[in-house]
Amino acid sequence: MDTIKLTIDNREVEVPRGTTILKAAEQMGIKIPTLCHFELEGLALENRPGGCRVCVVEVVGRRNLAPACITECMPDMVVKTNSFRALNARRTVLELMLSDHPNDCLQCPKSGHCELQSLAADMGIRDIPYKGQQSQYAKEFSPSIVRDANKCIMCRRCESVCHEYQSVGAIGAIERGFPAVVSTAFGKNLTDTNCVLCGQCVAVCPTGALAEVDNTGKILRDIANPNVKTCVQVAPAVRVALGEEFGMPAGSIVTGKIAAALKAIGFDYVFDTDWSADLTIMEEGTEVIGRLKAYLAGDKNVKIPVMTSCCPAWVNFYEKFYPELRDYPSTAKSPQGMFGATVKTYFADKIGVPRKNLVCVSVMPCVAKKYECEREELGVNGDPDVNYSITTRELARLIKICNIDFNSLPDAEFDSPLGESTGAAVIFGATGGVMEAALRTAVEVLTGETLPRIDFEEVRGLDGVREATIPVPGVADLKVAVVYGLKNARMIMEQIKAGECPYHFVEVMACPGGCIDGAGQPYHHGDASIIRARHAAIYEADRRMPLRKSHENPEVQAIYKEFYGEPCSEKSHHLLHTIYFDKKIKFDID
Amino acid sequence: MDRSLLEGDPHSILEAMAICGYCIGADKGLIYIRAEYPLAIHRLQVAIQQAEEYGLLGKDILGTGFNFEIELRYGAGAFVCGEETALIHSMEGKRGEPTFKPPFPAQSGYLGKPTNVNNVETYANIPVIINKGADWFASIGTEKSKGTKVFALAGKINNVGLIEVPMGITLREIIYEIGGGIKGGKKFKAVQTGGPSGGCLTEKHLDTPIDYDSLVAAGSMMGSGGMIVMDEDDCMVAIAKFYLGFTVDESCGKCTPCRVGNRRLLEILTKITDGKGTMEDLEELKNLSAVIKDTALCGLGQTSPNPVLSTINNFWDEYVEHVTEKKCRAGQCKALKKYMIDPAKCKGCTACARACPVSAISGTLKNPHVINQLDCIKCGTCVEKCKFGAITVR
Repeated sequence: MDTIKLTIDNREVEVPRGTTILKAAEQMGIKIPTLCHFELEGLALENRPGGCRVCVVEVVGRRNLAPACITECMPDMVVKTNSFRALNARRTVLELMLSDHPNDCLQCPKSGHCELQSLAADMGIRDIPYKGQQSQYAKEFSPSIVRDANKCIMCRRCESVCHEYQSVGAIGAIERGFPAVVSTAFGKNLTDTNCVLCGQCVAVCPTGALAEVDNTGKILRDIANPNVKTCVQVAPAVRVALGEEFGMPAGSIVTGKIAAALKAIGFDYVFDTDWSADLTIMEEGTEVIGRLKAYLAGDKNVKIPVMTSCCPAWVNFYEKFYPELRDYPSTAKSPQGMFGATVKTYFADKIGVPRKNLVCVSVMPCVAKKYECEREELGVNGDPDVNYSITTRELARLIKICNIDFNSLPDAEFDSPLGESTGAAVIFGATGGVMEAALRTAVEVLTGETLPRIDFEEVRGLDGVREATIPVPGVADLKVAVVYGLKNARMIMEQIKAGECPYHFVEVMACPGGCIDGAGQPYHHGDASIIRARHAAIYEADRRMPLRKSHENPEVQAIYKEFYGEPCSEKSHHLLHTIYFDKKIKFDID
Repeated sequence: MDRSLLEGDPHSILEAMAICGYCIGADKGLIYIRAEYPLAIHRLQVAIQQAEEYGLLGKDILGTGFNFEIELRYGAGAFVCGEETALIHSMEGKRGEPTFKPPFPAQSGYLGKPTNVNNVETYANIPVIINKGADWFASIGTEKSKGTKVFALAGKINNVGLIEVPMGITLREIIYEIGGGIKGGKKFKAVQTGGPSGGCLTEKHLDTPIDYDSLVAAGSMMGSGGMIVMDEDDCMVAIAKFYLGFTVDESCGKCTPCRVGNRRLLEILTKITDGKGTMEDLEELKNLSAVIKDTALCGLGQTSPNPVLSTINNFWDEYVEHVTEKKCRAGQCKALKKYMIDPAKCKGCTACARACPVSAISGTLKNPHVINQLDCIKCGTCVEKCKFGAITVR
């Protein structure tokens, strides 16, 4: 490899050509502060505008200071990261940033997780010498995301993720000079833009400019209300991430503690979204088999590929960008939706509580789920199937508010009859999981024989686009694709539009690596090893399960016997499937 | 001056661009021009059409096999879009803001392709150099800065307008010979060169030969070729504030030092011209200016404190006067003006008191009047009304 030698803080270092000063210093154990710089290594997510200037260093012989994050090392370069000139400039830049920032850390949703706050602490800021004009933007609310532009430091991470990663382009820099800020076109509310509420902007925002809508207060009120019964469901990816909020290493599997904590908080019924993930496989898998058989029999009207429809941001994406292709995704509701519909019908009847007196809450790694709860078609006469959703981070806060020592909680079980699940359900939390779970069931149903191997390694991994051919003896070679990041989903949609899509079945998740890095998960601050640890934990959780195929879930089998009849029956069509709408945004410039 | 070139001789630019394309192997040229220059746009369009008709643009130019076409791209008049990377982004339909170099446009420019960016004035020199030869061109100017330069001469000077002069000419020649001296016989104070990012030159620079290097050495720059002459009635703090106000408006907002730093700099300057400045503020002006220069992303930000730094360097006394004596010697800073009635001259006619729009003047008939300084809005009406010259401004 072509390497070069340079000196940083009086020590010589050898790095590959093209290495930035920041990376070279990092390799020597020198941590240069950064703010706008963001990278999720191996997940193709990065933001390098070189705009915040808190990483400036002195390069001997250079006229001005160099931003370490984007300046490449040169042979024999002499870099000083802690000269007075560099330190003074960095401090001044940070003070300038803080001089246009509301000093309301105590009430800020990012407090304790804010990169600006920790930088100010690290630099020992005690006073902001610059008094003057401050930005005065109104807070903006959407069903999932709260925007407080006064806290925007123009790092542009959200813009990069929205434009380049998701190909959505709902937010970007507007205005010039001091009023420059990241906002929507014409200052419209996020819901009136192309925003799909994936929330990755929230996940990468270093400050409190972007945060999730907080529903923890609602939960406490509902639990305290003697007139309602509360039930809660927990999504797969939550169990491999929540522990991080309590100091556990990334990838800790805390399923039992979550069940115990939710009971301690006071929910009447503590259920598992994994149960309805298995139910989803039954419905979606049956739909895939049906459409595939018709397609292979020569039916020209059937839409192939079938695409998954669990991810609410992805659903928003095709409703807003490709409404003409909305017949391709499966009609199956998401596991959250299926759970809600079942709770508010079957379970409400079973316990003899009218649906209006039953509050269904979900704990999700996601912020788009909050919007999914509000979808009119996922409720009855204005009563939502799932009343509201909270994120993994909100659950952590709730546990702390309720004085629960999470780390010492003994494991508990989820309640019956909507608590039992299989390994196929837990892998919904990672990219490729829905595909693998569907294959475990569909291949077995199609061939009528027990799978020789359960693990479909070929659809696993953390590459943004993965494809595989799964031989199904006697039926066909099944061509599948798994993508995450809506830019990759757009590529598939364009293939379909052009009539060039080679796949039978496609899984789409909006977030990097799937739900494990959903926008409601504990903040990773660009540390991709956290995502990898959660990814490994998901498959570890799968391995630990005694049952690993959705159709073997006894509580799912029971509900078909007792209530739904069979997958894709009339009843399940009514309760477990949905319709999609044309939500293409038409911009009227007035 | 670039506009006048485009309006007056658009063909020289088209010819130079075709020559440039021929040299670097490009077959496409783009002219980025402000949409607010309709005449220049019209004349360029006509010129492009004519050149195409004559076979000087288009396919197989003059039978050489060389193809070159030119298109116009319109800008919305953002100052920062003069920075080459911002200019390219604007042409691509993106937000007009600069990006870090490298990659330089020559490596990855318009739509990611290698791109050569040149200024209109640079191009205008090319056909002449080709026709008359490099030696002829190099015979004009100084050792390091060759040829001529167009300046936009303006300000407190008798002859304003565009002038083309050989490099190496002195300020004295420009101001007193070409410019015909200072208006109204006032005293020369300074000349601002290089546009909003430039700096001020003073009396001591009058005999310095003007070229790229000497201007930089004197704390200014060639920049846009603007040359604004100031006389004794100009307040240098207010001048710095004026120029900084422009860059504050024109900053793209991408990097912190330019977006927030320049605003804070302007606020400190305003504090000083409002008579509320302290000596600490003056120190902060120096520190902040230095940091902005040192850390801003592009040329606009890096040079934006120049008007402040060069006036601090050359007119430090005026800054100190504003702060310690609350005095503006040029009488430009309204908040520092003080209107006073000389009791010896005042006849007590009450004309001033009756005319004062805020009733800040008190006094009885035939007795000397007094201006209440707290109420006075410094509008100057009283001075105009007084028939006895009893009211003075300090």
